[in-house]
Amino acid sequence: MEIVVCVKQVPDTTEVKIDPVTNTLIRQGVPSIVNPFDKNALEAALQLREKYGGKVTVLSMGPLQSKEALKECLAMGADEAILMSDRAFGGSDTLATSHALASGLRKMGRVDIILCGKQAIDGDTAQVGPEIAEHLGITQVTYVSKINTIDNQVINVEREHEEGYEVIEAQLPVLLTVVKSINEPRYPTVKGTMKANRKEIPIWTVNDVEVNHDALGLKGSPTQVRRIFTPERRVQGEMIQADTAKEAAALLVKRLVEVKII
Amino acid sequence: MAVKVKPEECISCGACVSACPFGAIVMEDDKAFITDACTACGACLDVCPVGAIIREVEEKNIAMNKEDYKGVWVYIEQAGGQARNVGYELLSEGRKLADAMGQELAGVLIGDKVEQLTKEVFARGADKIYLVEGKEFTHYSTDAYTITLTDLIHTYKPAVILMGATNDGRDLGPRVACRVGTGLTADCTNLGIDEASGLVAWTRPAFGGNIMATILCPDHRPQMGTIRPNVFKRSAPDYSRSGEIVKVTCKVKAADIRTKLLELIRVGTESVNLEEAEIIVSGGRGMSKPESFALIEELANTLGGAVGASRAVVDAGWKPALYQVGQTGKTVGPKVYFACGISGAIQHLAGMSSSDIVIAINKDPEAPIFKIANYGIVGDVMDVIPALIDEIKKIKAAG
Repeated sequence: MEIVVCVKQVPDTTEVKIDPVTNTLIRQGVPSIVNPFDKNALEAALQLREKYGGKVTVLSMGPLQSKEALKECLAMGADEAILMSDRAFGGSDTLATSHALASGLRKMGRVDIILCGKQAIDGDTAQVGPEIAEHLGITQVTYVSKINTIDNQVINVEREHEEGYEVIEAQLPVLLTVVKSINEPRYPTVKGTMKANRKEIPIWTVNDVEVNHDALGLKGSPTQVRRIFTPERRVQGEMIQADTAKEAAALLVKRLVEVKII
Repeated sequence: MAVKVKPEECISCGACVSACPFGAIVMEDDKAFITDACTACGACLDVCPVGAIIREVEEKNIAMNKEDYKGVWVYIEQAGGQARNVGYELLSEGRKLADAMGQELAGVLIGDKVEQLTKEVFARGADKIYLVEGKEFTHYSTDAYTITLTDLIHTYKPAVILMGATNDGRDLGPRVACRVGTGLTADCTNLGIDEASGLVAWTRPAFGGNIMATILCPDHRPQMGTIRPNVFKRSAPDYSRSGEIVKVTCKVKAADIRTKLLELIRVGTESVNLEEAEIIVSGGRGMSKPESFALIEELANTLGGAVGASRAVVDAGWKPALYQVGQTGKTVGPKVYFACGISGAIQHLAGMSSSDIVIAINKDPEAPIFKIANYGIVGDVMDVIPALIDEIKKIKAAG
């Protein structure tokens, strides 16, 4: 079984703060991490390998420092890691990014399962996975919360949706995007980390893959960011002052009755 | 459009370095240098005191005649013949866009036996409806719906498509945008028209809700976006409205659908349906232990509301992910939102800040949730919630 996990190195957005004076993001001291949902995707891949055998390759596109993210994936147990890095890929939106990643996946030859996190925590678009599937012309199942079985090239998964779950079957090859509840990603072992440090991570540039150069980077991106700003925060409301919880509750209920909520 | 630094004009002040939301500017040889991480957002243009940063217009080879694309479409997502509210919310917002553009508003209705929904779609503002029916659409599938929506786009050429950012909408949107070769802005929370260009200005949160980005799709059509449920209000239906129904033959063959839906499992009861709830009572880490979540449920029951949870609670395994409100969970917009023992991290606010009234109960007076709350009580949730339940019951009994 050939499994590829697409991962992205992202700033830990839970650590990002806004500078109250300049109203800009404070990035200093914000660690770069493997996108958390991608770790779930990798864990799912590792579990599949344990059950069905095969090879797990992690693929990323980004600046050279993304190697650190790939090293962490290798330390968790991935067999191979490949980084697509080139100035030509810079500034890509989801369509251009998926075009580039699809070219990398094509270069790998046979792939049975592609796993992605449901979205990256910096952009939160959830688009690159499905767009890779479209570029490759393969089946996709998004928001996968459980992989039940793979039998005779048919995969059986559970897909999360608003009201519950769907049980879905599809023929391989398939691209799955996974949600957090699918598993608890393992931690890298000391042995794994040492192995990862010795492992060569090939860098593929734009010349190593077959791509349409016009479909890459800013030039290949239909969407353009026009403006970035800090969201407005609502004005402060009323703090209910009372000596006891009972009095506070009574006052709140009184307010809610006044505004016809109760 | 790439952003470039004119090194000869750069005064090495570093203002752009700290203004860049993407960390894409570094100082090299005492000059600002823009790295691959640049998304050309232009945040640095505004802060450069000497105008040394410029936007360069690049040539694009696009064989797309933009003038051929007209009208605003709203994809009316339905499940089992029931339209989701988000479609109606988008009709109300799409109406404004269509009017501003001087073009028509159309609803796109794909499903099995969904013609009965057309009356409501007109009543909510559509001038026209594209209706595609067939048993291939009984349940949502990526393949059947992508083929159909792509075919409609190629035939009828809309300028704009709005879709709900639901799980199915976020499955279908990128697949269709990629097949058509256009841009898609995900999870928008605000829409408008960019005055300079007349394009749709799609605004969405990024970086976990820390910043907002306004995005344009200048050279490709249709301009597509998914919009979070509950950020726009439905307009009141006007049943005197009607319009043209364009019935389009289903071109999907059974063999085109490569996924097979074996089972649909509904989880829990109505209490999970956060998107449609008018009152939501959410609990966070401040509830201290999973057993105390029963209080949240009791308060929700007393008010006839639904139960929500913060990410911390879901991560701790107290509640399944379906209950999660926030940037990576659900976006809700109830009339009343109770945040109990929720500190109000920006990721949580991103999922509930369009609620009409927010009530916060937290023992930490400095908790950020109080900054956006209409009513706040500083106190222990374990004391305040039972007192609240008592008071509400008293009022209800008296009323």
